[in-house]
Amino acid sequence: MSDPRLPASYLQPGSSSFSDFLAQQAPDLLPGRRSVPQGNAADLAPHGTTIVAVAFPGGVLLAGDRRATMGNIIASRDIEKVFPTDEFSAAGIAGTAGLAVEMVRLFQTELEHYEKIEGTTLSLDGKANRLSALIRGNLGMAMQGLAVVPLFVGYDLDHAAGRIFSYDVTGGRYEETGFHAVGSGSLFARGSLKKLFRSDLSQDEAVRVAVEALYDAADDDSATGGPDVTRAIYPIVHVITAEGGARVAPDAVADVAGAVIAGRMGRPGGPHAPIPTDGGQA
Amino acid sequence: MSTPFYVSPEQLMKDRADFARKGIARGRSVVAVQYADGVLFASENPSQALHKVSEIYDRIAFAAVGRYNEFENLRIAGVRLADMRGYAYDRRDVTGRGLANAYAQTLGTIFSSGGEKPYEVEIFVAEIGADAADDQIYRLTYDGQVADEHDYAVMGGAADVVGTYLKEHYTRGASLEEALRLAVAALGHSESEDRTIPADDLEVAVLDRTRTQPRKFARLRPERLETLLGSQAADTPQSSPTPPTPPDDEPPVAPPVS
Repeated sequence: MSDPRLPASYLQPGSSSFSDFLAQQAPDLLPGRRSVPQGNAADLAPHGTTIVAVAFPGGVLLAGDRRATMGNIIASRDIEKVFPTDEFSAAGIAGTAGLAVEMVRLFQTELEHYEKIEGTTLSLDGKANRLSALIRGNLGMAMQGLAVVPLFVGYDLDHAAGRIFSYDVTGGRYEETGFHAVGSGSLFARGSLKKLFRSDLSQDEAVRVAVEALYDAADDDSATGGPDVTRAIYPIVHVITAEGGARVAPDAVADVAGAVIAGRMGRPGGPHAPIPTDGGQA
Repeated sequence: MSTPFYVSPEQLMKDRADFARKGIARGRSVVAVQYADGVLFASENPSQALHKVSEIYDRIAFAAVGRYNEFENLRIAGVRLADMRGYAYDRRDVTGRGLANAYAQTLGTIFSSGGEKPYEVEIFVAEIGADAADDQIYRLTYDGQVADEHDYAVMGGAADVVGTYLKEHYTRGASLEEALRLAVAALGHSESEDRTIPADDLEVAVLDRTRTQPRKFARLRPERLETLLGSQAADTPQSSPTPPTPPDDEPPVAPPVS
């Protein structure tokens, strides 16, 4: 960028996609364009672990624990893995932390770039498909152990509902109903969500359900961090409603985490799901 | 074989400048006014889709008059430059000064190169800082000149008349409402009459440092404008000559005009 003039290619009408522009102008900045030597690189870099998403009437939330691991080592106790990607969407990342954070940054720029150039925002499905394309570009790295698997949520203004999208390493996009979890602790989180979720949760109840699910994930998965009371490190929760997205205040999450821990003092397995007596709904 | 006529460089540049100026003078004016919380842009623009004022980056906005296709190209190039820089380095490394410089170089080169028609555009690049003293408005002309404007700036068709009105009525540290009223009154002012421009025909946007998001640019929709302008329709002719004065305890918020 030594020439102070705008390069001719900048002035050409063309794509409103930032990653396409990057591919033409500075391909070395694209995450998927790097070649990694043969071999498995999985234990070289920190990995993010568990992300959960819960939809509730009027919105959706995304929550993540704070641990990153490198093999058996805890690489970070307070990593942030939940990012707002624009006003009405957010992405949580599981997998290789470095690549995932870079991918989210590219995705954030991609959405903002489109919005500024076109003067309108992408539809939620459009955003989800763009993220798909970015993940697909990382397939080569994924095959060498550096996979990135985000969980994407957003409030769809056209449908007036919160929606959840999960992905696989090949860029496959799957819409989930109600709740979902990704990452190493996701099996346990999903089991927990399955019992606690119902379709009429309030926002506060949804936050509680998400924190319970992360606690259950941390309970059984060594790579997921539970609420760290001594260091005051608690999950990050991002809520999106028709008014836009906002991170739940750390103090509020600390209170919820405190309530969860208090509840587990007498009952380590967490709240009991009621057993229906008549074979139908509880 | 005929010999080409000799045209002096002075004449050549003057012709090109006249050509560009004529194109710019055909359009309506755009004003930028500094107020307590940032910078306000206003223009008379009945179109809801073709914007004259747009967002470039977190704290940087762009406004233009002249040929739409030309300034739209410049705007997109600016968004690309800003996003590229913000992605390669950091969001804080995108500055209005850098962008104004890139525009100036581009416009200057096109103006002085013989091969291309000069751009018939004039541009504002504004950036807001942590407080009003750090706010900047750059005005760029068709030939690549950059002027650092303070307090207010006007470009486009009736720039002289509107500028004179603003000079007489501008006060520092005004509220959003006051700045909006001033800008709208200035746009409606001409030597013969003072018009009241309907809210639907206004394009107004602000860089507002009180916004909680990192992106400080916001458009003010007609409904919001009507609320803000409020009783303007009733009291404009009387109230506009006496500008609103800021409270006494408010410190000066912009550098003095040299």
